[in-house]
Amino acid sequence: MEKMSRVTTALGGSAISGRTMFCHLDAPANAISVCRDATQVVVAGRNIFKIYGLEEEQFVEKLNLRVGRKPSLNFSCADVMWHQMEENLLATAATNGAVVTWNLGKPSRNKQDQLFTEHKRTVNKVCFHPTEVYMLLSGSQDGYMKCFDLRKKESVSTFSGQSESVRDVQFSMKDYFTFAASFENGNVQLWDIRRPDRYERMFTAHTGPVFCCDWHPDDRGWLATGGRDKMVKVWDMTTNRAKEIYCVQTIASVARVKWRPERKWHLATCSMMVDHNIYVWDVRRPFIPFATFEEHKDVTTGIVWRHQHDPYFLLSGSKDSTLYQHMFKDASRPVDRANPEGLCFGLFGDLAFAAKESLISGDSNRKPYLGGDRRYPIFFFKKPDLTEQFAHVSSALSVFESSLESKRMDWFVKTALLYLLGGKPFAELCDHNAKVAKELNRPQVSTTWTMLRLMFSDPANLSTPGPNNISKLGNLPLMNSFSMKEMGTESRLDRSKGESRQDNIHLEPGNSLINSNNDENEETEGSEGQAEYMFGDAELDDDDLYSMEHEIQAVEEQEYTLPQEAFPLRHEIMDNPSVPEHLQQDKADSPHASGNEAEVMCLTPIESLSLIAISQPLFSPHLPSRFFCPVVREMLSHYAEQGDVQMAVSVLIVLGDRIRKEIDDLTQEHWYMSYIDLLQRFELWNVSNEVIKLSTCSAITCLNQTSTTLHVNCSNCKRPMSNRGWICDRCHQCASVCAVCHHVVKGLFVWCQGCSHGGHLEHVMNWLKSNSHCPAGCGHLCEYT
Amino acid sequence: MHPTFAVPVQTTERDFGVRIPRPLGNGPSRFIPEKEILQVSKVDPRTQSIFEDAFAALGRLDNISLVMGFHPQYLESFLRTQHYLLQMDGPLSLHYRHYIGIMAAARHQCSYLVNLHVNDFLQVGGDSKWLNGLDGAPQKLQALGELNKILAHRPWLLTKAHIEHLLKAEEHSWSLAELIHAVVLLTHYHSLASFTFGCGITPEIHSDGGHTFRPPSLSQYCVCDIANGNGHGHLEERRGNHQVSEVSGEVEVLMERMKQLQECRDEEEASQEEMATRFEREKTESMLVATAEDEECVPSRDVSRHFEDPSYGYKDFSRRGEHVPTFRVQDYSWEDHGYSLVNRLYPDVGQLLDEKFQMAYNLTYNTMAMHKDVDTTMLRRAIWNYIHCMFGIRYDDYDYGEINQLLDRSFKVYIKTMVCSPEKTTKRMYESFWRQFQHSEKVHVNLLLMEARMQAELLYALRAITRYMT
Repeated sequence: MEKMSRVTTALGGSAISGRTMFCHLDAPANAISVCRDATQVVVAGRNIFKIYGLEEEQFVEKLNLRVGRKPSLNFSCADVMWHQMEENLLATAATNGAVVTWNLGKPSRNKQDQLFTEHKRTVNKVCFHPTEVYMLLSGSQDGYMKCFDLRKKESVSTFSGQSESVRDVQFSMKDYFTFAASFENGNVQLWDIRRPDRYERMFTAHTGPVFCCDWHPDDRGWLATGGRDKMVKVWDMTTNRAKEIYCVQTIASVARVKWRPERKWHLATCSMMVDHNIYVWDVRRPFIPFATFEEHKDVTTGIVWRHQHDPYFLLSGSKDSTLYQHMFKDASRPVDRANPEGLCFGLFGDLAFAAKESLISGDSNRKPYLGGDRRYPIFFFKKPDLTEQFAHVSSALSVFESSLESKRMDWFVKTALLYLLGGKPFAELCDHNAKVAKELNRPQVSTTWTMLRLMFSDPANLSTPGPNNISKLGNLPLMNSFSMKEMGTESRLDRSKGESRQDNIHLEPGNSLINSNNDENEETEGSEGQAEYMFGDAELDDDDLYSMEHEIQAVEEQEYTLPQEAFPLRHEIMDNPSVPEHLQQDKADSPHASGNEAEVMCLTPIESLSLIAISQPLFSPHLPSRFFCPVVREMLSHYAEQGDVQMAVSVLIVLGDRIRKEIDDLTQEHWYMSYIDLLQRFELWNVSNEVIKLSTCSAITCLNQTSTTLHVNCSNCKRPMSNRGWICDRCHQCASVCAVCHHVVKGLFVWCQGCSHGGHLEHVMNWLKSNSHCPAGCGHLCEYT
Repeated sequence: MHPTFAVPVQTTERDFGVRIPRPLGNGPSRFIPEKEILQVSKVDPRTQSIFEDAFAALGRLDNISLVMGFHPQYLESFLRTQHYLLQMDGPLSLHYRHYIGIMAAARHQCSYLVNLHVNDFLQVGGDSKWLNGLDGAPQKLQALGELNKILAHRPWLLTKAHIEHLLKAEEHSWSLAELIHAVVLLTHYHSLASFTFGCGITPEIHSDGGHTFRPPSLSQYCVCDIANGNGHGHLEERRGNHQVSEVSGEVEVLMERMKQLQECRDEEEASQEEMATRFEREKTESMLVATAEDEECVPSRDVSRHFEDPSYGYKDFSRRGEHVPTFRVQDYSWEDHGYSLVNRLYPDVGQLLDEKFQMAYNLTYNTMAMHKDVDTTMLRRAIWNYIHCMFGIRYDDYDYGEINQLLDRSFKVYIKTMVCSPEKTTKRMYESFWRQFQHSEKVHVNLLLMEARMQAELLYALRAITRYMT
C-alpha cells in the first residue's frame, strides 16, 4: 500500500507526476490516445479533435485539429491513435469510412496529412504498428481490414473478414507480423500481416459482438477480449486452440479493455451502456473489481494508461464531455467495502460461516477439520501471494452441524406431506391439519388451526353442531370468557412476577385453551430452556383439548344431516377466547411491545373485550369472520417471521379468499416463493407443485408454465427435433415409434433409460407384465417401476 | 332460436335459420392473388412446418403469417419474437400486452390487428370495459397514450421528459422493465400495422369485416375506398408518366444503375459537404413525397375509440418549419446501445429482436424479378436507409445520392405512405411500383420497411430512456 500512495514514479529518468484532475471538453469524446512520453493526450469525437497537455495540476489545451471553414465528416472520429514511435504522427478513423493521418510537424494550421477513403463503411478502429513507423492498420464496418503504408497513397493489403463488421484490430506487442481482429458476430481472428488471403486462426470468443481486444504487454500469448455479452475473457494463444484462461463477468457490455502496465494480472474496462464506471480487474479474482473510478457521469468511451510503464495513471474520456486523469491512489476499492463474512444454512440445519481470520482466531475451541467428522469447524487458508495487491483477507470457514438426534427439519417434511390444502370443506381441512400438527408435537400450530376453523367457519354452510353439543358446552363459554378476563390480568401479573407463572397453569388445568394460550406466550418469548419445558406442559394440555375436539367431531358427524337453521353458534362462543389469544399472542410477540408497560397496554383491550362478551348475550351471532382478519394477518406475519413460512402459506391457501385481500400481494408472493424454495430443496416436488397450483398469486401460478419444454433427439439421426416430438425434420422419419405396436407415439411416451427403447405407456406396461426383455428385441432387461 | 345472432342485419339461410359466414376477401391479401400465396405453403416443407407450429401454438393461422410464408426464414424469427412478446415471461401481464397491441394498432386504424387482439385480450381475461376506449382503461395505460402517439407519428419528438412522466407517476407509474416491454410492443404493432396495410391483409373470417353477415366493417374498407378515390388523380398522372417511359425495362434499368454505382464509386468521391447536402435533400424530399392525400381522413369509429386525439398524425420535419436535429446512428445504434439496453431490462428480447433485424436486413435470394444471381445488397441498404432517413436517422458512411438513383418516385410514394400513414395505402400504389417484380419480392420489401420502421422507432424510444437513465 505504501507503494500505491507514491505519486511520482521514476521511469528511466523522466518522472511523471500529477493528481486526479479533469477538464471540460466542448463535446462528447469517442476515443483518446496518449503520446509516447506521456505528456500529451489527444481527444477525438464527433465534434471534437484536440490535443491537451498534461501538466502537474491541470490539462492545458495545446492544439485544436478541427480547422477549416466547413466541418467535414473526416473530423468525425470513431477512433484515434497516437503513434508510439513517431511523436508527430496521429491517425483517426472517421465515421464516414475515411482513415486520416495527421502530422503535427506541419507548419500550416491544417495538420491533415493523408486521407484514405477505401473503406465503404464506418471505420471502427485504427492501429499503428508498435515498432514500424509507416505501418497503419484499420478495421471497418464493411468487414475489411486494410494495412496502409504511409509512404504510399493507398493500402498495401486488404484482409477480408467475410462480410462481418470489424470492431477492433490490434497488433501484437511481441510478434512482429501478427495482429488480432474482433468481429461483430463474436469471432476473433488472428492474421499474419504478410498473408492477406486467409486468417491464421479463428475462434468464437463471445456471443454477440466483440467490441474490443488487447494484447498483454508482456506476455506474448495473452489476448483479452470484451463483448456485448458483458464478459471479459483472457485467451492463451500459445496453444493450438485458443484457450480461455480467465473470464470476468461485468454488469454491462464491455466497450474497451486495456491491460494495466507492469501488473501482470490487471486490466481496465469500461462499458458502452448504462454503467459509467471504469473498473480495474485482477483477472484471478473476477468477482469483485480490484479498483473502480466513479467520476464520470455518462458512459466512458475511451481509456488509456498514461504511460506504458506506469501503472498509476489512467486517462479517460467520456460522453459527458470530460477528460479525466485518475490516480490509482484515489480509486475506490470495492474490496474494502465488501462484506467479508458469509453465512449459510444447510438443508438440515447445518450452518456454515466464513469470516475474516482475525475475527475468529481468538476462538480457542476450534479444531482443524478432520475428514469425516463434520461436527467441528473447518478452516481453509489462502496462500498469500506477494505480487497480488489485493488486501489480504484470509478467511476461515466454519461449519456448525446441528446435532443429528434432533433432526430438526423432520417436522417440516412430514407436515408438508401430511397437510391437506384443498379438496375438502374448510373445516375438515383445518381439523386435519390441526391433527397433523398435534401428532408432530406442535401444539401451538395445532391450536392455531383449530382457532382458524372456529373463526372462519361460515355458520350457514358448515355442518352445524347439534343442540346437545351446545348444551354440553353451555357452561363452558361462560367459564371461558370469565377465565379469559382473569387470564388477562393473570398474564399481566405473570409478567411482572415472572416466576409465579407455572403455578398459575397448574391452578387451571381444566381450561385447556387458556393454558395453551399461556403456553404460546411463554414459548415465543421465553428463553429456549423454558420453552422446552413448556412443551411438555402444552402437550398435556393439548390432549385435553383434543379429547374435547374429538367429542365435537363425533357430534358433528352425527348431526350432519340436521337442517341448517339448527343452532349455529357454537363457534361464536369459542371465538371469544380465541380473539384475545391471537391479539395477545401477537402483541406480546411483537418486538415493539417489549417493556412491561407496553404489554399492559396491549392487554387492556382484551379485558374489555371479554367483558363485553359477557355483558352481551353470549351467543351474539354477529361477529363476521372479517372481524378476525387483522388478527389472522398478524398471526401469519408472525409465523413467517419466526421462520415457519410453511404455516403462513398453508393457512393462506386454506383460508383462500377469506384472508387473501388482507395481505398485500408482494408479501404473499414472498412467502410462496420461500416456501416453494424450501419444498424444492427437500425435493418435495409434488407438494411444491400443489402449492403452486393452489396459490392465487399470478406470479406464482405462472411458475407452472415455465420450462415445460422437453427436448428430444431423433432416434435415427440423433439430432435435436425442433418442431414436433414424433417426426424428425432432417431425416423425415417418425422418430418415436412404439416398440410394441410399431405405431407413432403422439401422446405419452415411456422409454427405457438403459436401451432407450419404448413406446405407448400402456403397451409397454402390458408388455413388461409378461416379459422382462425389451420389446424391441435388443436383449436389454428393461424394468418398469 | 338463435339469440346470439340477434344484432346484425339479416341474410338468413332459409332452411334452418342458421347463417353461415362467408369470407369476404379472396385469400389472405387483397393485393396478392390467393393461389399464389397458398402455393407457397404447399410447395415448401419448411413453410408448411412453420405454419403447423404457428397453428399449434395459437390455434389459428392468421393472414399475416400466410403472407409472410413467402419468406419462411423470416417468418420463423418473426413468430418466435411475437410469441415471446405476447406469451412468455415478461414484466407485463398478458391482458396488458394485448391491450397495448390494440392501442398501437388503433393508432394506425388497423382494424385487422385490433380485432385480432380484442379477441385475445378478452380470452386472457381482460376487462371488456377497457375496450370502450382509453378512458375505460387504468390510468397507467392512459399515460401510455401519449408515448404511443408520438412514437407512431413523430418519434423524433420523444424526450426524456416523456419517459420521466411515465416512470414517476406515483401509484400509476411504470417500471423501467415494463416500459421497455411496452415500447417493444408498441413499435412492433406500429410496424406490423404498416405491413398489414402494405400487403393489403384481409380480415380474418371470424372478425368484423371478414365475413358477410354484417355489412363490411367501416374501418378497413371505407378507409381504403376513400383513399382510393382521393388518391386517384395523383396516381393516374404518375402512372401515365411511367408508362410512357419504362414499362418493360424497369428491372434492367435498375440493375444497370446498381452496376454503375458500384463501378463509379471509387472514381468520383463526393466532398463531405456534398454528402451532407445529399442527406438533407433526401430528408426534405421525403417529406414532400405526397402520400395519398393531405386532408385527414376521420378514422372510423369502432377503432378510433381506442386512442385519443385522432387528428394527430405524421408530420413532416421541414414542412411545418420545425427543424429536428439529425439522429446520428454512429452515436446511438441498435447493435451497440439499443440491444444492451433492451436485453438488460427485458432479457432475451434484445437477442430476438437482433436476430429479427438481421434476418430482415440480410435476407436475399439473389434474384431480381426474372434475373438470378444479382447482388441486391445495395438496393436493400438503400431502402433501409431511406426509411431511416425519413425519420431523420443518418448514417455517416452512406451516400444518400444512391437512394435517388435506385428508388423511383412511385416506390418512394409507396414507402412513404406505408411507413408514415399506412392506413392510406391502396392497391394501386402497391401495383404501381416495381411492376415486374414478383409478389414475394414485394412482400420482401414490405418486411424491410416494417423492420426498418420498427428499428427507427425503437432507437428514438431507447435513446430517450437512456438519456433518462444517465
